[in-house]
Formats: sequence, C-alpha cells, structure tokens
Amino acid sequence: MSMIFEITLVAIVVAVACALPGVFLVLRGTTMVSDAITHTVLLGIVLAFFITQDLNSPLLMIGATLVGVATVWAIEALQQTKLLSNDAAIGIVFPLFFSLAIILITRFAGNVHLDEDAVLMGELAFSPFRRFLFLGMDLGPRALWTMLVILFINSLFILLFYKELKITTFDAGFAAALGFSPVLIHYGLMTIVSLTAVGAYDSVGSILVVGFMVGPPLAAYLLTNKLHVMIALTVLMAFINSIIGVQLAFYFDTTIAGMIAVVTGITTLVIFVVSPKKGLIKASVNRRKEQKKMDDRLKQISKV
Amino acid sequence: MFDQISLLLNDYTFQIVALGTGFLGLLSGVVGTYATLRKESLLGDALSHAALPGIGIGFILIQRKELSVLLLGALVSGLIATVIIQTMSKKTVVKLDSALSLILSSFFGLGLVILTSIQNNPNAQQAGLSNFIFGQASAMLLSDVQLIGVVGVVLLALVGLFWKEFKVFTFDPMFGQTLGFSGKIIESLMSTMIVVTIILGLESVGVILISALLIGPSVAARQWTDRLSIVIVLAAVVGFVSGVTGTFISSMGARIPTGPSIVVVVSSFVFFSLFFSPKRGIIAKHYAYKKRQKVFMKHIQSLEE
Repeated sequence: MSMIFEITLVAIVVAVACALPGVFLVLRGTTMVSDAITHTVLLGIVLAFFITQDLNSPLLMIGATLVGVATVWAIEALQQTKLLSNDAAIGIVFPLFFSLAIILITRFAGNVHLDEDAVLMGELAFSPFRRFLFLGMDLGPRALWTMLVILFINSLFILLFYKELKITTFDAGFAAALGFSPVLIHYGLMTIVSLTAVGAYDSVGSILVVGFMVGPPLAAYLLTNKLHVMIALTVLMAFINSIIGVQLAFYFDTTIAGMIAVVTGITTLVIFVVSPKKGLIKASVNRRKEQKKMDDRLKQISKV
Repeated sequence: MFDQISLLLNDYTFQIVALGTGFLGLLSGVVGTYATLRKESLLGDALSHAALPGIGIGFILIQRKELSVLLLGALVSGLIATVIIQTMSKKTVVKLDSALSLILSSFFGLGLVILTSIQNNPNAQQAGLSNFIFGQASAMLLSDVQLIGVVGVVLLALVGLFWKEFKVFTFDPMFGQTLGFSGKIIESLMSTMIVVTIILGLESVGVILISALLIGPSVAARQWTDRLSIVIVLAAVVGFVSGVTGTFISSMGARIPTGPSIVVVVSSFVFFSLFFSPKRGIIAKHYAYKKRQKVFMKHIQSLEE
C-alpha cells in the first residue's frame, strides 16, 4: 500500500466513525457537549498514563472514555442545580478539566512523549509510521485498526438501538412512557462519543474531532427529513470530505486533519446556502413569497 | 517562603504580567456577564478558536510578529465567524450549538493549515506563533498591558454609555425593540465587545481557555445578587483577583502554566459560590428543603393527633 493511500484510508475510517454518533448529537442539539468531551478526555489520558506508564495501553482508552462520561455527568449535575444556564455549565466544566490536564502534563510528564500540542492537533501524516504488528506480520497502520474497531462499535450501537435512539431523540417523553430509558440511551451515546474522541485524538486531535462529528451530519440534516437517509448522506459526506481534504493537504503540504476540517466547513456551508429544502436561499425566497402574499392580501382588503 | 513571596511581588516581570492578566480578568468579567445572561456563553469559545486563521493571515501579510496587525487579523476573522454563526442559527433551522461547533472546528482547522504552511517556510520570525493556542502570559510586555488598558477603558466606557440599552437587550430584546432601539446595532456592538475581549486575551491565556474567563466570573457573581450592576462589579472583582492570583500561583511553583492556573482559580470561585451562596446556594437550598420537610411533618403529626 502506498503512503497516501494508507493515509486516505485512515482519514475515511476516522471521518465515518466520528460522523455516525454525530447524527444524533446534531438532532439532539448537544454538539457542544461533545466539544467538551473531546477536551476533557485529555485529562483521562494523562491520569491513565500516570497509572500505566504506557501510551499504548488499552487501559488508557478505557480511562479516558470514563473521564469523558464523567464530564457529561458533571455538566448535567451542574445544569440540574438550575443556578446557571445549560451552556454556561458546559463552559465551566471543560476548561477546568482541560486546565488540570495541561498543568499535570507540564509539571510531571515533561520528558515523556505526551505533549499538549500532539493531543490537540494530532497528525494523520504520522499514522503510516505506527504499524500494527500481529505475529510478526505487518497489518497496516495501527490507527486504521483502532478506528475500524471503533467504527464497528459505533455502527453496532446504532443498528442495535436504532429504534430507541430514534424515539428518545425525537420525543423523549413518549419514549419514557413506552418504557424506554432516555437516560440509558443518552449515556450510551455519550460513551461512544467519548470512545470515538479518545480513539481519534492521535490522528485528528481533539479540537478537530468536533468538526468531524458535526459537519457531515449537519450537511445531511439540511438535505433530508428522514433519519435513515440522513445517516446515509452523513457517511457519504464524511467520505467526500476526507478524500478531498487529504488531496488538498498533500498539494499544499500542510496538516491533513486541519485541511479535512476546512473542507468539511466549506462543503457544509455550501449545502447550508443552496440546500433545496432548508437552505439559506430557500428560506429567503420563502420569506419574500410570504411577504408578497401578505401585500396582495392587504391590497385586496383595502380595495374592498 | 516569605522572602520568596516578597521577592516575587517586587519582581518587574511579575508585576507586568499580574497587572495584565488582572485587568484582562476584570474586562472579561464585565463583558462576559452580558454573554452569560444572554445564554450565549459558548459563543466566546467558538470565537476564540475562530480568531486563529486571522492571526496566521496577519502574519503572512506583513511577515513579522507585529502584535497589533495579528490582533486586527484575529478581529476580522472573529467577526466573520460571528456573522456566519448568527446567520446559520437565526435565518434557518440549524441550531445554535451545531453552528458553533462547525465554525469552531473548521476555522480552527484553517488556522492550523495556515500556521503549518508558515512553519514550513524558512522565516525565523514565525517562532512563537503557536503560543496563541495555549497563551504565554510570561511573554507579556509593558506595551501589551498598555494595549489591554486602553482598549479596556474604551470597552468599560461603552458599557457605561449604553448601560440602559444593554440591560434592556439582555433581559427583554422584544421590549427593547418596541421602545425604538435598534436591536441590530446594540447586538452587534455586544458581540464586537466579546470578540475584542477574547482577542486581548489570546496572547496571555490562549484560544482554548479564554472562554472560561468570560463565563466563570459572571456565573460566580450571579449567585450572590439579583441586581445587574452588582453582578457586573462582582464579576469584575472576581476576574481581577483570579487573574492576579493565577499568575501568582504559576510564578511560585515550578512549571505551572499561567492560563490553566487562572482557570483553576476562577473555577474555585464558581464552585465556592454555587455551594455557599446564602440565598441560592446548594447548601442553603438543602437546609431550606430539610426545614420545610420538618415543618410539613409537624403539620401532619398535629393533624393525626
């Protein structure tokens, strides 16, 4: 496999794995919670690293995922006090966790390969250098396998709980009345968001993960009203964005994850403007039409 | 220990940095109060990330690290991001938080793309550009503090001048419009003030943590009073004290970065206020609840007798 092909493959798998849970984040209006999670998993990574002293330990992933879930819990506990608005609660919790992580890193882990730059930005270009060796066989980049496993878990979660996710997303009260637990599904979703953020951090970096999670589903949301079509379009958009992003990044010789985030922003904004159903142009045309209708009606009335 | 403290307090660099971060905290306390009350706290988070490409483009244009030009670039890209976010969430079905997260990460991505290209070009001047991401308070110069001071005075004067208008549009924008104030002008003035404050803080606190400085002081202050004027004064005090204390802690200990240290201090203020505020606090509420329970149980017992 050539290097650019391997990188493109990793990029696609990361993009699709991130975009799938993103569908439900966009529909539920909780994308900024995922922004918080992607920052705070850093604290989990640092804490777990102090215990295991090994950056490749699976314990690291579990620890970081747990801290992500703890973030959601802390935000919701703050929100339930009703002493501050929902978004302020997010804005209080994640900078604190993140600051603690940075302080721990600079104080204690200075000479280990665990610096904040790497965690925040990540670099897809390095992924082909870290190989997955099994019984002496080279099975390709390790990030590819990690993210494939996460992609599998995410797809399985959505397939198994499709009905539950759908019903708790659109009508939580009705779901509870039917005996589904919205809380359980919510925490399930947040767990896979957290796991995905942890898995993606070394190839994409924690800030850009948010764009990977939100961009494709948002574009799909602007194009359709059907959930299964939205999921299909999301996967398609993730695919297109990562292929274009990798090509452009190589052309301009710059960060790959950053370029994919830029491409994601551009494609989503274009769809936002031109979407035939819910786009900006359509919205302003509709408003004009309504205005004209109103004017005509007023004229008629004044004639009579 | 005591000598060390007095030595530090007399240290010129410490005085400069503490003054700068303190004044920055004061400003973001005041400006952040409006953002928090308008339930737009996370706008600050998105806009601080969105400032990054402007810094990169500013550098490319003049090939020097001239702070005023970089900050001007940051201002322009922050304002563009504001316009896109507001258009997305107000004109169509897109929710505010989706718009925020999309713009936050794609602008930040663009910033990284530009900074990486700059770093690939041989120009020694570029060293330190990435400091904007995490902030580096110790690099603050007297001229930076002066810039914060001058811009800060202008912002505070604006708050005084438009006190009534800001108040009306924070609590009841509809009512404000019926009074004949232009909502568009007041609201864009408010978002511009947020963007300017964020940009002043980029160099010292950094892109990621500046939003905590906007939200924290006002949330802490809000717990102690219901009056806007007192909330703003308290938020200014909390912001100032956090800035100075955070800088102090980071200068005392070996290798404690200033930005995160300030955030931890602000968060302590927030959690202290949430728990111990006499009227609204979690502990006060708990006791009030227990008391009501007792009174109620007594009532029931007397009824049974």
